[in-house]
Amino acid sequence: MEKLYARDIYGKTLVELGKQDPRSIVLDADLSGSTRTSFFANEVPDRFFNFGVAEQNMMATAAGFAASGKIVFASTFAMFASARALDQVRNSICYNNFDVKIVATHGGITVGEDGASHQALEDINFLRAIPNMKIVIPADAPEARDAVLAAANTPGPFYIRLGRSKVLTLADRGEFALGKGYLLEKGENLAIITCGALVPEALAACRELNKEGISPTLANLHTIKPIDEELIVDIAKTHKRILVCEEHQVIGGLFSAVSEVLVRKFPVKVDRVGIEDRFGQSGVPRELLDFYGLSANSIAQKAKELLRQ
Amino acid sequence: MKSKIKELEGKANAIRKLIVKMLAEAGSGHPGGSLSSTEIITCLYFDVMRHNPKEPGWPDRDKFHLSKGHCCPAVYAALSLCGYFPQEELMKLRKLGSMLQGHPDRRTPGIEVASGSLGQGLSVSLGMALANRIDKKDSRIYCLMGDGEIQEGNVWEAAMAAAHYKVDNLCGIVDYNRFQIDGKTEEIMNLEPIVNKWEAFGWHVIQCDGHSIEELLSAFEHAKSIKQKPTVIIAHTIKGKGVSFMEGVVDFHGRAPSEQERQIALQELQDLDLEEGAA
Repeated sequence: MEKLYARDIYGKTLVELGKQDPRSIVLDADLSGSTRTSFFANEVPDRFFNFGVAEQNMMATAAGFAASGKIVFASTFAMFASARALDQVRNSICYNNFDVKIVATHGGITVGEDGASHQALEDINFLRAIPNMKIVIPADAPEARDAVLAAANTPGPFYIRLGRSKVLTLADRGEFALGKGYLLEKGENLAIITCGALVPEALAACRELNKEGISPTLANLHTIKPIDEELIVDIAKTHKRILVCEEHQVIGGLFSAVSEVLVRKFPVKVDRVGIEDRFGQSGVPRELLDFYGLSANSIAQKAKELLRQ
Repeated sequence: MKSKIKELEGKANAIRKLIVKMLAEAGSGHPGGSLSSTEIITCLYFDVMRHNPKEPGWPDRDKFHLSKGHCCPAVYAALSLCGYFPQEELMKLRKLGSMLQGHPDRRTPGIEVASGSLGQGLSVSLGMALANRIDKKDSRIYCLMGDGEIQEGNVWEAAMAAAHYKVDNLCGIVDYNRFQIDGKTEEIMNLEPIVNKWEAFGWHVIQCDGHSIEELLSAFEHAKSIKQKPTVIIAHTIKGKGVSFMEGVVDFHGRAPSEQERQIALQELQDLDLEEGAA
């Protein structure tokens, strides 16, 4: 299958939305080339605003646009969208329940060579606790498009996290519905729940495990909030073990969200693959996935350990 | 003009009395900055701004955003006097389930955007101003900031952006009462030279006595005439203005009056009404 930049699709989708809906506004903070909001800037210059290296101003200004009936897309790197402008996102956007769709690129460890300062590994944790916020981490470029369209058509604030690198387009993907995960593989005993850049890694891990006679179930839980409680409980009822894999700290992300559901509704044995409470470093994305134990091989190993417990 | 000024002075005094009453009833809140910004808010709601209390969402309204959200008692009083909601609501300030939250919230008719976390309001107002430009509306946006508040970096990000985009439908006002929670601004974090700072960021600056209705009205009128750049009014004010024992007393930044203080304050404001009437 082909590999695409999800952010390319984001840029193209914005242009479509911009031409369809005169309420749409796009904001960036000096990263429009990287986030691809430059596509919109070129096509719909009257409704594009670059605020320079000032993410706090961008987010609070987004709130002002939304207060005036605009549907606002605000983009920068995940690091700055979440941490740098967190108070503006909480108090000016989410508290007012405004139509601001934050589409952040360069999320996760696969940012690569730029190193720890630019690897957003806590963004989901920061934003997940804020009321009204909805969070989606698409697995591939078509899913990024679906997520952006869903955000445009659903009232209230969104955070959509995209990566920097090209991502493999999934061969058999489920239909996208906000807040509803789907199964990519149906197996038994063990279920892997993941999202974003780790979906292809988890798929590859399934292939490795298949060779050893293990056939896990694999779920793509692209919407972190609202979390798909129904799917998680269904999986728990039919599997003894659940492994949650994410390109995020093990604190506060998908593993936390899934565990919170399971603890209350159907406790089963759960383990995790994620960044183990530490900072990243420079390296090419592939090396980093291996080094931090997020690659297919690590997922397969962890799955086998979990099955032995 | 003279009678208009008299009338607005009367409104300002009515707002001050309501501020004292509602804060005493609430038992907490921020009298100092509410009282220093009273004339600014009076002029906006009772003369300068085009708005309709019967239709808070009227699309062509001018908009006011209280970036220094803690001074909402003054705005709540003005909104109720305009008729956005019944005056009895004021006595529910800061109480559970009230439409009048401790800091502005959109559940209150007339409040455009929530505020309270300082430094964000000028950005929010810039967004509203740019939206007006896109929609080709001639209505204006007014943003009231505290002096301590402009120590927040976000304010200067917004200041830079508003000048960059040549936004002339946005008017900022700084309530320059020279006090913040911990003491005098010049001791805690000096704001001077405040005029040069705004000018350096590309703003047109007007200074005035923030308690003179006449000067404020003329400043707002002057601001409307400035094109191709944003305007900020540096309103020189007195913290706690109108209540002798609150004026310039930092303790009343964030402390409600006691019952005894409430009575004295209301008596003083009542006396002011009588003096004005006699004059």
